[in-house]
Amino acid sequence: MSVLVIKGLTVEVTTEDGPKEILRGVDLTVKAGEIHALMGPNGSGKSTLAYAIAGHPKYTITGGQVSLDGQDVLEMSVDERARAGLFLAMQYPVEVPGVSISNFLRTSITAIRGEAPNLRHWIKELKESMAGLQIDPQFAERNVNEGFSGGERKRTEILQMELINPKIAVLDETDSGLDVDALRVVSEGINRVCAKGETGVLLITHFTRILKYVKPDFVHVFYDGRIVREGGPELADDIEANGYAQYVTA
Amino acid sequence: MTEVKEREVAIVPPKDHTPVVRSLDPSDFPTPTSRDEEFRFTPMSRLHNLHQGNVTATGSMALAVNKVAGSSFEIAGAKSTDRIGFTDKIAAGAWSQLEAVSTLTIEANQNLSESVVVSIVGSGDVAFGQLDINVEKFASAVVIVDHIGAATYAGNIDINVADGGAVTVVSLQDWDASAVHLAQHRITLGKDASVKHVSVTLGGDVVRILPSVHYAAPGGQAELIGLYFAGAGQHTEHRLFVDHSEANCRSNVVYKGALDGEDAHTVWVGDVLIRANAIGTDTYEINRNLVLSGGGRADSVPNLEIETGEIVGAGHASTTGRFDDEQLFYLQSRGINEEEARKLVLRGFFEDLLGQIAVPEINDRVRDSIEARLGGRI
Repeated sequence: MSVLVIKGLTVEVTTEDGPKEILRGVDLTVKAGEIHALMGPNGSGKSTLAYAIAGHPKYTITGGQVSLDGQDVLEMSVDERARAGLFLAMQYPVEVPGVSISNFLRTSITAIRGEAPNLRHWIKELKESMAGLQIDPQFAERNVNEGFSGGERKRTEILQMELINPKIAVLDETDSGLDVDALRVVSEGINRVCAKGETGVLLITHFTRILKYVKPDFVHVFYDGRIVREGGPELADDIEANGYAQYVTA
Repeated sequence: MTEVKEREVAIVPPKDHTPVVRSLDPSDFPTPTSRDEEFRFTPMSRLHNLHQGNVTATGSMALAVNKVAGSSFEIAGAKSTDRIGFTDKIAAGAWSQLEAVSTLTIEANQNLSESVVVSIVGSGDVAFGQLDINVEKFASAVVIVDHIGAATYAGNIDINVADGGAVTVVSLQDWDASAVHLAQHRITLGKDASVKHVSVTLGGDVVRILPSVHYAAPGGQAELIGLYFAGAGQHTEHRLFVDHSEANCRSNVVYKGALDGEDAHTVWVGDVLIRANAIGTDTYEINRNLVLSGGGRADSVPNLEIETGEIVGAGHASTTGRFDDEQLFYLQSRGINEEEARKLVLRGFFEDLLGQIAVPEINDRVRDSIEARLGGRI
């Protein structure tokens, strides 16, 4: 069973005023089959954690370790991490002009599975996943994220997660910008992946509303670059009722 | 794609649009320098002195053409001076040095069933050439002029389309890395004649192509398509001139280029002139550039001059974008390695253009050549 282990992770970014430390020692373990909610106010460093795990070049790791099934993730290139089983659903998925969704997904799946999928089987798989996320089949021929609404982008991220079936998925504010219907559709997609028990999910969110649809096993409160409180789902209820202030001043 | 630059530079041309000199004699032209507007982007030191107009040939290009019913090819015909002059010392110099003219004729009323492929192969020599493509009345054909090998080559192409004729001419510059290729492509359209001129420039150290369109009668239609890819150190230049001198003619220019590597340099200049009598003109030109990596530079200068308001439409656009780190990160985060990511984006960038070229045998060739050149492996 897959496990992502983060130990003492410190990360800085380069700013106009020189390097700035964003993550100040993060410890977190996510196992396949588990859903972890990482919650915190804006600017607490949640997205930095997501990007650092995925290997975005903007973030410099200054200390700590990240491993996936014992392999050193920090030594891997971005694409190696993805092939090793890490997936990041982006908060702001970028447009890639000229590259169709179907071409992009087939290239991605071929890279991750190590061989091109059987064409007939692949088309069926793609159609089913798109239908499940209520994505218009014609989207397959549209360029990646080009002219997509916020909701369409997020659904397409979850489509990728379903097809890739990663060992560990980090979902960076996948709920932001979604209306209630889209939130439900996206949540069902996440739950379908989780139900297979092969994927561990780190769900990064600012709000508790997605947790009505995706039930976390663990909740971590993130503030000022580290986890300041951990517990079960009841922690999310507490945040819903009382906000972050109690942890922020702690 | 992040837009890093959008420029629309209007250069005011001289009021008299006839070139100061139009001649077959190179001595009629001053030696161009990089201070001249026409040559300001051109690396003069890499032209092997072709701009001096007096370089002599050390050999010749190997020409071959397939036999297609309805067409005829004369490989070495007489040089007749009864022709329109060239507009610079390089082209006139080429004319003065060459010994014979090659002529491809598409016979009147013939609709050719397969493409005519003229292959022009260099083997390292300094060489000159003149190819005339004459499309007779109501004939239609696809002609591919395939430039390969290594050469220092000044070779001009004149494309004459008679009334009602229609031709697609694809000039493919798929040279070896050392090649220098300088050419004027002069297109003349008769009444209701149409041309699709495609310039595909992939290889060579310096390639400089000057397509121009001249309407001899009303109703002409010109589609000018360009696709270029410049790797590290390559200079690729296309300067276009569409001279709307007749009523109810149409022109559409689409040029797209990609740059990959240090000191890759592409130049696109699109001059469109709508003269006072050219009422009912419909023209549009667009140039898009994609910088894939490194310190490449794309110069893009659309220039539209309109002397009459009684036109259907006139417009131009130019964009240069960079394949940015966020796009690369996104694709890599889906398991796609860096090289594959660049290929994917580049393929996408050119795909619609290949659709517009619509010459199937060209498409695979261009795709393969670009991918082989990507990352500087040729």
